[in-house]
Amino acid sequence: MAFDYKPFEYVSPPGLYSAEPRHPVVIVGAGPIGLAAALELANYGVSSIVLDDNNVVSVGSRAICWSKRSLEILDRIGIGEACVAKGVTWKVGRTHHRAQEIFSFDLLPEAGHKMPAFINLQQYHVEQMLVEKCFKSPFVELRFKNKVIAIEQCGTEAIITIETPEGTYSLSAEYLLACDGARSPLRAMMALDFEGELFEERFLIADIEMEGEFPSERWFWFEPDFHNGQSALLHKQPDNIYRIDLQLGWDADPEKESDPKRIIPRIEKVIGHSDFKLDWTSIYTFQCRRLSRFVHDRVIFVGDSAHIVSPFGARGGNGGLQDVDALGWRLAAVVQGRASPPLLEQYNAERTFGADENLLNSSRATRFMSPSAGAERWFRDETLALAAHADFARPMVNSGRLSVPCIYPLTAPDVSIMPTQTRPGATAIDAPIEDGWLLNRLGGQMLVLVIGCKAPEGITLPVLTLEPTTEISARYLGDAAHGIYLVRPDQVIAARWQDIEVQAIQEQANAIWEGRL
Amino acid sequence: MTLKLSKNIDDQDAAYAALIDAHQGLSEAHSIALNARLVLILCNQIGDLDIIKQAIQLACKEN
Ligand SMILES: Cc1cc2nc3c(=O)[nH]c(=O)nc-3n(C[C@H](O)[C@H](O)[C@H](O)COP(=O)(O)OP(=O)(O)OC[C@H]3O[C@@H](n4cnc5c(N)ncnc54)[C@H](O)[C@@H]3O)c2cc1C
Repeated sequence: MAFDYKPFEYVSPPGLYSAEPRHPVVIVGAGPIGLAAALELANYGVSSIVLDDNNVVSVGSRAICWSKRSLEILDRIGIGEACVAKGVTWKVGRTHHRAQEIFSFDLLPEAGHKMPAFINLQQYHVEQMLVEKCFKSPFVELRFKNKVIAIEQCGTEAIITIETPEGTYSLSAEYLLACDGARSPLRAMMALDFEGELFEERFLIADIEMEGEFPSERWFWFEPDFHNGQSALLHKQPDNIYRIDLQLGWDADPEKESDPKRIIPRIEKVIGHSDFKLDWTSIYTFQCRRLSRFVHDRVIFVGDSAHIVSPFGARGGNGGLQDVDALGWRLAAVVQGRASPPLLEQYNAERTFGADENLLNSSRATRFMSPSAGAERWFRDETLALAAHADFARPMVNSGRLSVPCIYPLTAPDVSIMPTQTRPGATAIDAPIEDGWLLNRLGGQMLVLVIGCKAPEGITLPVLTLEPTTEISARYLGDAAHGIYLVRPDQVIAARWQDIEVQAIQEQANAIWEGRL
Repeated sequence: MTLKLSKNIDDQDAAYAALIDAHQGLSEAHSIALNARLVLILCNQIGDLDIIKQAIQLACKEN
């Protein structure tokens, strides 16, 4: 069933009639990232205005795969469970070469996590849920048909000019979040370089509606018989919608290829029948680029405006939500006077690092799928050839390495006999606890997690004490008998100790708030 | 670990001959493909990324 787009109402902004007081935060762009940022800030009690030049959710689905980490972040802002309920849960991917399956992966082989490894859910559904949540929040004001056309920064504020159907007005913000997407007009207005590479390849992306019983798995083909030696992807979404990606080559003429008369026969060959409807199609060229800095005084770039990756690996929207995760608590603390602006420099450091990891993974996958002529092509083809009979070559086959949260390179107290998956810089791993899930109890504040021993006396930070259950021991203790973790408001592990060192814990927390770590 | 630069195969002449023999009668395209497979197989056998990178560096020097 195709999505029923309902335009959101345009309301005359007060600024058209008289100057508005300076706002703590103005967000430009009501895509998934701008909306999530507004809700994340609302969790900390920070008000924001969200401006969007349009008045409907994403036209066409674009993002479909949402990672476990994204679902955990969305859970904090109140829509995680609804997304899982509506989405198609999956964790298995199968990669084929010609007619043979050569490689499969299971993204979440263990139980004991609230959120699945991945769900597929159309971007418009996610945005619709976010918009509805924003409407209900006393901290968020959405303004549709409000297009930012100019920006100026002076000292401690950013001033923007906004065009509406009734004329223009201006707003002043202590902080402006540029969540205005891959083509970011703000990036252009500020004349910032957006460096990286463009891949000389075109893909046809088609969402089709059909009744069918394809499994909830990601199927990828290299050189399938049905698509003349190029690669192809099939992935299930809710509402009987399926995503199909077909590699077309650089020579393909985008205009000709957009014609349903050409698209339909191509898809018939993939699914073997013609009993389907086209829902949305698009011809894409992939790029991997980022801004060299995400923080420019009072303007902070978040999401696609800061970095774009090719879609194989689902690192665009998922990477952007991790930006929101890293920014929300810091910006809230700065705006509320609990910390000073240098703290935002850590957002810049961590998320440029995260973006580089995403860019590296996406460009590697893209180069494998679309090798340039010569050596790149020889190695790609021979890896596929070897994969048919040599196990080691199978995991080398790269159809996209799917989004996982990066591990920030923190220098912090650590215990080597504890599991590496929960080392400082990693995101806390979920586990069932007495009355629910661990991740629902972490986040929003700097917290001390005490496992298998008594809570330290004299600590001023909030403390959560846990019994060392099987999952908690495996994920947090390893060979240690007990442990103390310092967990940041974004659920990132800041440091860990085996024994209680109240002063060390406190000093570590202070260093984080001061932006020294 | 560092890349071995000294002799490491007992019978190098036989190893060299095996390489040449494998390419006997192959077209250039097939030879290139064979070498690509061979490099992939040997990289996996070495297993140590650092050694592989040192080997690549050495090979690049001879260019
Ligand atoms: C084919 C395809 C498949 C993808 N698949 C996945 C996937 O499976 N998983 C995943 O995580 N990601 C995926 N992505 C990436 C994902 O769609 C983006 O990363 C995501 O949309 C970025 O969100 P955003 O909020 O930063 O930007 P956008 O969604 O682009 O939102 C930007 C918003 O800013 C508004 N705006 C722009 N200029 C102005 C202005 N001057 N004034 C006011 N408002 C303005 C726009 O109208 C828009 O609403 C895919 C992308 C494509 C193209």
